[in-house]
Amino acid sequence: MEDFPFMTVAMCVPLAGAALAGLTQRSQAELARRIALVASLVTLGVVLLAATEFNSDNGSTYQLVENHNWISSFGVSYALGVDGIGYVMVLLTAVLMPIILLASWRDLDEGEHAQTGPGGGTTQLYVSMMLVLEAMSIGQFAALDVFLFYVLFEAMLIPMYILIGRFGGPQRQYAAVKFLLYNLLGGLLMLVAVVWINFAGPGGEKAYYLPNLVQYDFGTDTARWLFLGFFVAFAIKAPLWPFHTWLPDAMAEATPSNGVLLSGILDKVGVFGMLHLCLPLFPEAARHFAPAIVVLALISILYGAMVAIGQTDLKRLIAYASVSHFGFIVLGIFVMTSQGQSGATLYMVNHGFATAGLLLIAGFMMSRRGSRLISSYGGVQKVAPVLAGSFLFAGLANLSLPGLSPFISEFMVLIGTFTRYPIAGYFAVAGVLLAALYVLIAYQRTMTGELTEGNEDTPDLKTRELLVVTPVIAVILALGFFPKPLLDVIDPAVERTLTQVERTDPRPEHPVQVAAEEKK
Amino acid sequence: MMIPTSEAPAGAAEQLQNIGEATGVFNLTWLMIALPLFGALVLLCGGKRTDSWGHILGCLTVLGSFLIGAIQFLTLLGKDADERAYNQHLYDWLDSGNLQLGVGFQVDQLSICFVLLITFVGFLIHLYSVEYMAHDLRRRRFFGYLNLFISAMLLLVLADSYLLLFVGWEGVGLASYLLIGFWQHVPDYATAAKKAFVMNRVGDIGLLVAMFFMFDQFGSLAFDEVFEAVPGASDGWVTAIGLMLLLGAVGKSAQFPLQAWLLDAMAGPTPVSALIHAATMVTAGVYLIVRSAPIYNLSDTAQLVVAIVGAITLVIGALIGTAKDDIKKALAASTMSQIGYMVLAAGLGPAGYAFAIFHLLTHGFFKAGLFLSAGSVMHGMHDDTDMRRYGALRAAMPITYACFGLGFLAIIGIPPFAGFWSKDKIIEAAFNDNIALGLCALIGAGITAFYMSRVMIMTFFSDKRWDSGVHPHESPKLMTLPLIVLAGGAVLGGGLLINDGIVTWLEPVVGHEEAHHRMPVWALTALTLFVIVVGVAAALKMYQFSPVARTQPQGGVLVHAARHDLYQDTVNEAVLMRPGQWATRFLVWLDHRGLDNLVNGLAALLGGTAGRLRRVQAGFVRSYALTMFGGAALTVLAVLVVRL
Repeated sequence: MEDFPFMTVAMCVPLAGAALAGLTQRSQAELARRIALVASLVTLGVVLLAATEFNSDNGSTYQLVENHNWISSFGVSYALGVDGIGYVMVLLTAVLMPIILLASWRDLDEGEHAQTGPGGGTTQLYVSMMLVLEAMSIGQFAALDVFLFYVLFEAMLIPMYILIGRFGGPQRQYAAVKFLLYNLLGGLLMLVAVVWINFAGPGGEKAYYLPNLVQYDFGTDTARWLFLGFFVAFAIKAPLWPFHTWLPDAMAEATPSNGVLLSGILDKVGVFGMLHLCLPLFPEAARHFAPAIVVLALISILYGAMVAIGQTDLKRLIAYASVSHFGFIVLGIFVMTSQGQSGATLYMVNHGFATAGLLLIAGFMMSRRGSRLISSYGGVQKVAPVLAGSFLFAGLANLSLPGLSPFISEFMVLIGTFTRYPIAGYFAVAGVLLAALYVLIAYQRTMTGELTEGNEDTPDLKTRELLVVTPVIAVILALGFFPKPLLDVIDPAVERTLTQVERTDPRPEHPVQVAAEEKK
Repeated sequence: MMIPTSEAPAGAAEQLQNIGEATGVFNLTWLMIALPLFGALVLLCGGKRTDSWGHILGCLTVLGSFLIGAIQFLTLLGKDADERAYNQHLYDWLDSGNLQLGVGFQVDQLSICFVLLITFVGFLIHLYSVEYMAHDLRRRRFFGYLNLFISAMLLLVLADSYLLLFVGWEGVGLASYLLIGFWQHVPDYATAAKKAFVMNRVGDIGLLVAMFFMFDQFGSLAFDEVFEAVPGASDGWVTAIGLMLLLGAVGKSAQFPLQAWLLDAMAGPTPVSALIHAATMVTAGVYLIVRSAPIYNLSDTAQLVVAIVGAITLVIGALIGTAKDDIKKALAASTMSQIGYMVLAAGLGPAGYAFAIFHLLTHGFFKAGLFLSAGSVMHGMHDDTDMRRYGALRAAMPITYACFGLGFLAIIGIPPFAGFWSKDKIIEAAFNDNIALGLCALIGAGITAFYMSRVMIMTFFSDKRWDSGVHPHESPKLMTLPLIVLAGGAVLGGGLLINDGIVTWLEPVVGHEEAHHRMPVWALTALTLFVIVVGVAAALKMYQFSPVARTQPQGGVLVHAARHDLYQDTVNEAVLMRPGQWATRFLVWLDHRGLDNLVNGLAALLGGTAGRLRRVQAGFVRSYALTMFGGAALTVLAVLVVRL
């Protein structure tokens, strides 16, 4: 199995699923959904199988590598492979996808996204586009060729654009165009940088092969410009303040399951790109811009959380909460400490599940009432205790309650920040308090108090919905108490990245454990 | 500090006792925590199927934990004083760079005290709740939350590192949130729950920052490693860590200036007030400070601030207590004040640690007893909590009266009841350390005697002021039994001091230092008793020998201030909440405005960039980029054309 192209297969299975689902008759919606679910489960199987070939002790090197020439004249190759960070992200995608598909089962039948008139797409299109996105995401996280990365980065916009524009809420066209414009602008900047690399870089048949570029000296100025080209593209995607304004619109208009796809997986490409490309390719520039980026990240954390507190629309609230969380991830990456970056990578995974939980459960509630406004709800806990209980659980995950997985990652990011930039740490830690406010305010207004008009008959979670919620809760709990298996995979890749940017942990100067080990 | 404690720094490192590998019964420490957690899971996820037996399971899991704790305690008793600490390492939790931390539990003289208090009082309160909550449709869930609380509280006191302690710390906060808002269909109760959680989070930030400092300076968060490394740190860092830990303690223990949530927390069912907001959770701050003794011993400044916070809180809590007509709020103010005593004692260093824990234990018993008795009174009074509509209840509910009475004698400090011994020791230690602190503690004792006598008289003596149709009656046996046991603790708790028992017991963990006596002990005790008698006499005059109005009288400025909790909410709202709301609203508005402008600007930018690129044909690179951008633009166009 050593040379088995796991990553290519992991991309092809969902593509095949998309094609198959697309071939079904319009009336066979149920069949299309089942095909999609099976395809995503098979993909998960492939990715899990790949774990047997992935040596986590050696997580700093790219493994499961496939390398074929593609456009030799332009130095482009079809190269895939993952280090510890990449594998964890592929795994996140593969685990979340079946959950998302299951959650989307009735998206087009009920609630505000029920498609009736013209403009509505078919179930076939809906699930196919989601599977295409899965394939492209896996490709992104596994791309070892910078050009391939770019192509997928741009290509991904189209299915997402269709999903928002065709299947979204009343303002879907506005949201879709805005999503596209912002991300195209980012893509454009990245394109300039990518083309520039071909001329400023080593060139040759493998001009875009990542391992070849890592050691390359572009010259200080060039590297800084190139860094900015990539970084801004990723910052828009992530999204980082002040490039965030497209996300609340997109997430509010997209179906909840697409919202999870967007913020849980697609946006991770942005932060992943920073860690995967920006730092190793342009170490000096990354160090140069790090303080400024840390400031942007801090603003994201606090601004996102404060604006979330003031939202009246439940989906927008969750979107702004995500802006705040992405701030933490970017912060962790650019403080350039072991804890910061390992924490940030773990944060990408944990945020995926915590947001999935909150948005999907909120989505289940919204599909019952057809309203996104917080004020439409009240006292739901009384008639739907399981719905309310799981919403609270997901909310607590979002406010990083210790014992749940997001706490570990947030704590690591914060502690990693403190050792490098103490002042930044003081600001970031305030996000802990603000998160409690937006989560508990949302819970209090929707779930507690007297049962308000229109919510009397809210049914509790159904079996399918419980099937969605249970694995999310299980993962959040498991990674809260046992994060080490994931950390063991992530840590070596982070250590390598830190070596590449020539940064070492500033403190602690006299770690107790090290002293104890020396004694032995 | 007036009295130099220069010996402490030198000896601090040597004071640390050896911690052995867990063997035998100490290997079951995890089970102590897991049992109630299992109970919580079954009750919360089991659904209606568990309705009929859920409360029994809830009681049994706590009883199981108590039994394990009791056996551990007896085993420790049988060992030498320097072999009473055991660590059980479960598994590796975090590993990143220099941050390596395992999940492990530590049983020693300090934590076992808490284990016994939590599980024993917890078990009694579970028993009591079976009857108290019998008519609540969601009783099963109530027991689920209580079990969750016990589990988290045990984790808090058994953790062997600050980070694991923090998990328990927030776990009890969550349980408290869920239980304050247990009747969450009442909007005010849900608000009270949120307020408690958020104010606790302010304190949590302190605890988090303290951990960041520790990691930064010592490279570890495990108790033993941190304490070993503390003497090597500079004074500034030690003080900073001490103050940040104090901030955490202040939030959890409702101390000044984060005390405002505790009175609102009385929205929870009375057993919750007894267990969480009197006997155990709110004392976690005291545990944190005493546990961190090796840190505080090295910073006089941090200790002084701790003592001052305690002194301020014990006085304001007592003052608030004098004006409350709601029996639960009067008791809550009293809790705040009594914890103030403990914090004050903890701030006195090795001279006070043991007495802080001593008072914590006796208080756990008599205050739980007082709250449960109050619950029993409410039970017989149609859930009315207003003491102005009580009066002369001693005949109608004799057992409740007797139990409340014993708790009352204990809390005001009448010998030989438990509170006399524990509080007297704190007053003595405070006087020895600093006259001002001593005076605060002394005056506090007088006010305590006054307001507790007021509660006692308004409830059980004076005249009948019941609403028509109310027929007070004694509570069923399952409720009075826990009362009797807790009253027993209020009577006998002072026994812990025989032969300096508790002081010697705790010494290997927290150290002990005989204080230099400023005045003879007997004189101070006499003075304290005199102040207490004055307080009782004043209450007798005002409430027993004068009629009590059924409606609240006007009252002067001071009474008004005390009724409104000394305006703590008003201040918080004006200084923090409103500006916060304005800031939030402004940012929402800005984001919305900025959003539109940015989109427009973006469109202009896109056009401009493309135009400029088209004009520049020089470089190969640029034309290539332009070609590709053209491709991208075509894609967009295609998508736009394909009908949205």
